[in-house]
Amino acid sequence: MKFSDINSNNHCPLEGTLGVFLRRLTFLVMLALSFTTSAQQTPAPKQSEQVAIFGATAHIGNGEVIENCTIIFTDGKITAIGSDLMAPTIGTMIDAKGKHVYPGIIAPSKSLGLVEVDAVRATDDQDEIGEMIPHVRSIIAYNAESKVVESMRPNGVLLGQVTPQGGTISGTSSIVQFDAWNWEDAAVKTDDGIHLNWPSFFRRGRWWMGEDTGYIPNKEYTGQVGDIEVFFQNSNAYGKSAEKETNLPFEAMSGLFDGSKHLYIHANGEKEMTDAVATAKKAGVKNVVIVGGYRANKIADFLKENNVPVLVNLTHSLPEYDDDDYDLPYKLPKLLVDAGLLVGLQNEGAANFQTRNLPFYAGQTVGQGLDKETALQLVTGNTAKILGIDDRYGTLEVGKSATLFISEGDALDMRTNKLSKAYIDGRDVSLETHQTELWKRYMGKYEGEGK
Amino acid sequence: MKIKLLALSFLLGGISLFAQDYFPKNDGVKTKNNNYTAFTNAKIYMTPTQVIEKGTLLIQNGKVVQVGKSVSIPKNAVVQDLDGKSIYPSFVDIFSNFGVKTPERANNAGRSAQYGPEREGFYWNDHIMPENNAVSSFSYDSKKAEELRKAGFGAVNAHIQDGIARGTGLLVALNDEGSEAQRILSDKSGQYFSFEKSVAKRQSYPGSLMGAMALMRQLYYDLDWYSKGNVDTKDRSLEALAANKGLTQIFAAGDNGNVLRADKIGDLFGIQYTILGGGDEYERIDDIKATNAKLILPLNFPDAFDVSNPYQAEYIALKDMRHWNLAPSNPKVLADNGVEFSITLHELKSPSDLKEKLMKAITYGLSKTKALEALTTVPASILGMSGQIGSLQTGSQANFLITSGEIFDENTILYENWVQGTKDIIQSMDLVDIRGNYDLNVNGNTYTVSLTGSIDKPKAELKKGDDKVDSKMDFSDNWLNLSFSDDNMGSYRMIARVVPGSNTISGKMVLPNGNETMANLTKTSPFEEKSEDKSTEKPELVALSYPNVGFGYKEKPKQENILFKNATVWTGEAILENTDVLIKNGKIDKVGKDLRAGGATVVDATGKHLTAGVIDEHSHIAALAINEGGHNSSAEVRMKDVIDPTDMDIYRNLAGGVTTIQLLHGSANPIGGRSAILRLKWGENADGLVFPNAPKFIKFALGENVKQSNWNSFSRFPQTRMGVEQVYTDYFQRAKEYDAKKKSGKPFRYDEEMETLAEILNGERFISCHSYVQSEINMMMKVAEKFNFRMNTFTHILEGYKVADKMAEHGVGGSTFSDWWAYKYEVNDAIPYNAAIMASQGVTVAINSDDAEMSRRLNQEAGKTVKYGDMSEIEAWKMVTLNPAKLLHLDDRVGSIQEGKEADMVLWSDHPLSVYAKAEKTLIEGKVYFDLEKDQMLRESVKKERNQLIGMMLNEKKNGGKTRTPVQNKKERFECETL
Repeated sequence: MKFSDINSNNHCPLEGTLGVFLRRLTFLVMLALSFTTSAQQTPAPKQSEQVAIFGATAHIGNGEVIENCTIIFTDGKITAIGSDLMAPTIGTMIDAKGKHVYPGIIAPSKSLGLVEVDAVRATDDQDEIGEMIPHVRSIIAYNAESKVVESMRPNGVLLGQVTPQGGTISGTSSIVQFDAWNWEDAAVKTDDGIHLNWPSFFRRGRWWMGEDTGYIPNKEYTGQVGDIEVFFQNSNAYGKSAEKETNLPFEAMSGLFDGSKHLYIHANGEKEMTDAVATAKKAGVKNVVIVGGYRANKIADFLKENNVPVLVNLTHSLPEYDDDDYDLPYKLPKLLVDAGLLVGLQNEGAANFQTRNLPFYAGQTVGQGLDKETALQLVTGNTAKILGIDDRYGTLEVGKSATLFISEGDALDMRTNKLSKAYIDGRDVSLETHQTELWKRYMGKYEGEGK
Repeated sequence: MKIKLLALSFLLGGISLFAQDYFPKNDGVKTKNNNYTAFTNAKIYMTPTQVIEKGTLLIQNGKVVQVGKSVSIPKNAVVQDLDGKSIYPSFVDIFSNFGVKTPERANNAGRSAQYGPEREGFYWNDHIMPENNAVSSFSYDSKKAEELRKAGFGAVNAHIQDGIARGTGLLVALNDEGSEAQRILSDKSGQYFSFEKSVAKRQSYPGSLMGAMALMRQLYYDLDWYSKGNVDTKDRSLEALAANKGLTQIFAAGDNGNVLRADKIGDLFGIQYTILGGGDEYERIDDIKATNAKLILPLNFPDAFDVSNPYQAEYIALKDMRHWNLAPSNPKVLADNGVEFSITLHELKSPSDLKEKLMKAITYGLSKTKALEALTTVPASILGMSGQIGSLQTGSQANFLITSGEIFDENTILYENWVQGTKDIIQSMDLVDIRGNYDLNVNGNTYTVSLTGSIDKPKAELKKGDDKVDSKMDFSDNWLNLSFSDDNMGSYRMIARVVPGSNTISGKMVLPNGNETMANLTKTSPFEEKSEDKSTEKPELVALSYPNVGFGYKEKPKQENILFKNATVWTGEAILENTDVLIKNGKIDKVGKDLRAGGATVVDATGKHLTAGVIDEHSHIAALAINEGGHNSSAEVRMKDVIDPTDMDIYRNLAGGVTTIQLLHGSANPIGGRSAILRLKWGENADGLVFPNAPKFIKFALGENVKQSNWNSFSRFPQTRMGVEQVYTDYFQRAKEYDAKKKSGKPFRYDEEMETLAEILNGERFISCHSYVQSEINMMMKVAEKFNFRMNTFTHILEGYKVADKMAEHGVGGSTFSDWWAYKYEVNDAIPYNAAIMASQGVTVAINSDDAEMSRRLNQEAGKTVKYGDMSEIEAWKMVTLNPAKLLHLDDRVGSIQEGKEADMVLWSDHPLSVYAKAEKTLIEGKVYFDLEKDQMLRESVKKERNQLIGMMLNEKKNGGKTRTPVQNKKERFECETL
């Protein structure tokens, strides 16, 4: 393989000795660039002129698809979209014939930017001590210069919900975009939700205490649920009094009762989800989201009645129980969609770096019979709705943020997901990463040695 | 003080009925009781099959003098007429810890791992303790003995249940009256082994089942070397092992897989172990039978799960429900297949549970004769003690049971258990059966009394007319004590001695006013047992499957001749549209257009893609252990020793098109264990999964894991990459010298570890080496070159792209992840373009999983190399088929669709590199091991069977059966780093 073949954006392959020379020159220039850019790509400047993408197959993110579509955006916002638009005469024109345009993919419930290298403790800021710590906020620890975060962009994952982990109430998440100088710059919605890890009805036996080594009923379950109830009641009561000594955890909970924050309940079993939703509703929480939902298809009616959307587990996982269908994780999102629920996909159980595979988790459901555009909604339009940012993100619609990307082929399939452009709020963001730099550096080395 | 001593000696003298002749006696005259005891008119089971009706058993001085129909009874005999009663030999348990203390668990908290032994003068591994003799720590436990006698036992063989080589057992008669001199029938009876290391010792090795197996093998090799006089120093463990050679060798295996594992070790060294089973032998009965081993069987039938809460029931796997249903049939299945076994109390909560469990086994079809043999003659013969215990014959110990009838009858009473001629009354033979309905007349009132329940503990119910009257009754030693209070009158108390053979119980009645009078209970009708004849009720058994888990096959897949018509065929080198493939006799017969079926089943593959089966170069599924990290080299361990053919992930891999995997050792140490290359033939046993005649492989590992960077362990060499090189240099140098010595014909100590390393030096074994950063990759190649061999595969190899040119020059392949990184420091520079860059430099590249989830969609991972690095689709596909086949040196047999190759293939619904593709059929050797349609049927049958078993368990609970809390036995999933 030759170096020139690697760059999929290069559509004018150079031939002959001159070509080789130019390629090497390009390589040297790039090498020089890579020294100056070192760890992270420089965030793109504000959109300065109108951009028009034409000839594309536009996947809107709401189930619709528009062939031969023109998308125009100015000052970070989509100003026009359709197949019957007049070609603009100003600004940048991008020919996307044969290519596909998608809204930026959104990654909910991840600790991206809170951990850099899993095994290196010094780089880990995702789990604070304490059982009920809603006041702990992820946004201020978000590392906008994370190499893991930048590696999301070349696959079309452009937004994420930065979420603290561990404990019963882990803290408060915020939604960020993935091309920023600092966390303030990154914030799309600050302190959007509180994350509650619901206790498990079954837990692993403590063999060192003489229990079974398998999973056994959690005898403390009722007590643990009681603790959560009491905490919610206290938080609610606290908010009703005008004069009081400040209680940071209760204070942080107030947004749940006035609807400004969402409650993300991480639960998977039928009983756990049922108890959790009932508890939250009783406590007066306005917006409840289930994260996990391994058995959500069994209580779909209940969830629907209570208006609870599900951020379902990634499809690329194994069945939890021996006797489950081998493809249950593959088809679960479809089962929930078919049941009429609002469904998004998350991969909180996987390592952060895996989040760039989010489009493929959605693609997996297509093999199970889900329509491709519906599959796309699981990581774009639906997720934006669930996170409460659908006024700005998640779909390609006039008035919304120009956060989108162009792929050479079907972005939900790994063999055709190849980005040539990505925009966040109209900014033309870099698709280069620490990884592409290494790729080019070493291919350059071999090219340079004439191999 | 003097008085105390005197009292003590008196006590001792008192119980030493059989004190040795040559012992002086100072507390009285030296007398002997040489009288006989004769039991006449009994039905005597000399053995389970040799039965005498109306026979006589004559005993003297704790031994049997004679048994027979016509025995002349000496004049100085105490005669006991046992008309209508039966005599059986007392039971024997040969897997016991009676009177022997199990060592306490060592406290490891806060201490770093210990790699060397604690002891001096013994074997190099602390878990090998053949020098232990149970007798040296034995202390007779009369309380436990009483429990055992109540359950029918007369003798047990006890050993220290700790460690891998556990030393010898001792055979004890449960005779409270005797002295140790009489009770201990043998002080070295059987030599015991297990795969479990000592809880009291801290030495890290072996840390796994396969390590324990390797240690057992090496132990025997070392014994041979030592016995031939090649060692200058003294090893008391090996001396003991040699001395115990002639004893029965007993292996505590504990489940069907381990029974086979133990037997294989025995086969290697010409030892036939007697093996402790696990109660699940029925699952693999043919394999168990083929061992020819005698088994020691626990009756550990599990209680039903309490499934009344559906949320809890969900956690229970079908296989565990099935085991509840089928376990009681285990003894019957073994007996039907001619496997000889003895029964042990091991794993029962209490000896008193034995009868219930035995009755259950009998209800499930075990013959009473077999059951009795398993408790008497078989254990005796296993120990070579048939002349003394387990049967009644001249000269044997007078250990026998007197019962009211057939011993395994529910209503039979065990009256007496005689051990060495000492009588233990369990239940008095004079006990009268008072059960029945009576009238009682007192003070002009008539009460009806019904006595029900068991003979020894009857219950009373008192009524006046139709009204129940509160009453209390106690019945012991044939004395009846009945009290009741009548509301109008006050309380009555009656006491009476029951006379056998009378219908009236007469006694004294104390009236409410304190006056005494005579009262009679007059029988009006006899007691009637509620006729719940369980023995005729046939238990409902579900069917076994292979393997015996949900989604197991009821019938193993058969080889078929199949013609795939009109497929898009990925041959490996080309993509052929509208092409037919004919498979015949497990091989690919023809690839071409318009092929004729010639009797083969035709599969219409229009619009579908046909490829070779996916090969995963790096897998840890289907294993019971992954790492033997107890040493920095573990070349002696073998993954093939710990294959788990029941792992659901095998089936799930098949559903993802995977047909062949390399089951690799983990990365806990620089030199890992030997690989097993498997074909995922769901339903076969462990041996059946092994790829026949596959080349030999071993796992090596570099970097953070082998230097133990990410956890608190600081005592094992190496702790740096510098040290890693030295480990290899040292081992290969020694292996070279070992091999030279071996080839020179001089005597040498057979060392499995060195043998394995010498195979590498001789080009007979290939290395798959876990590796991340470029420095260590380079180092490893240099070490190999220094010792004149070549590395075969670097696995993971995430910085392979940095030294791809050097790899190509060395001739090593790379087997990598498609896109993993950021999980630890050494993968900081891991990039998804790695595969493409290595390939561009001429390295043979495979994409692997190291993960049970990713392995079932490796086709998609190959698809990622098209995205990252622009691989052509044909080259991308090779990364999970032909290239791993090349790396495994199996490319002449599998990895592509080529005439003459194995019919290991997958039919895909769509482009195989696409996320949209589903495996519809997966074939190995022309047998369909996964079929999407069949899978649909299996789902239904799993659901149905779960429901059936849940129903049965609910019934069990309703009928008062014991239940237990649901548990989910979740299999531990492995990856490289699982310790």
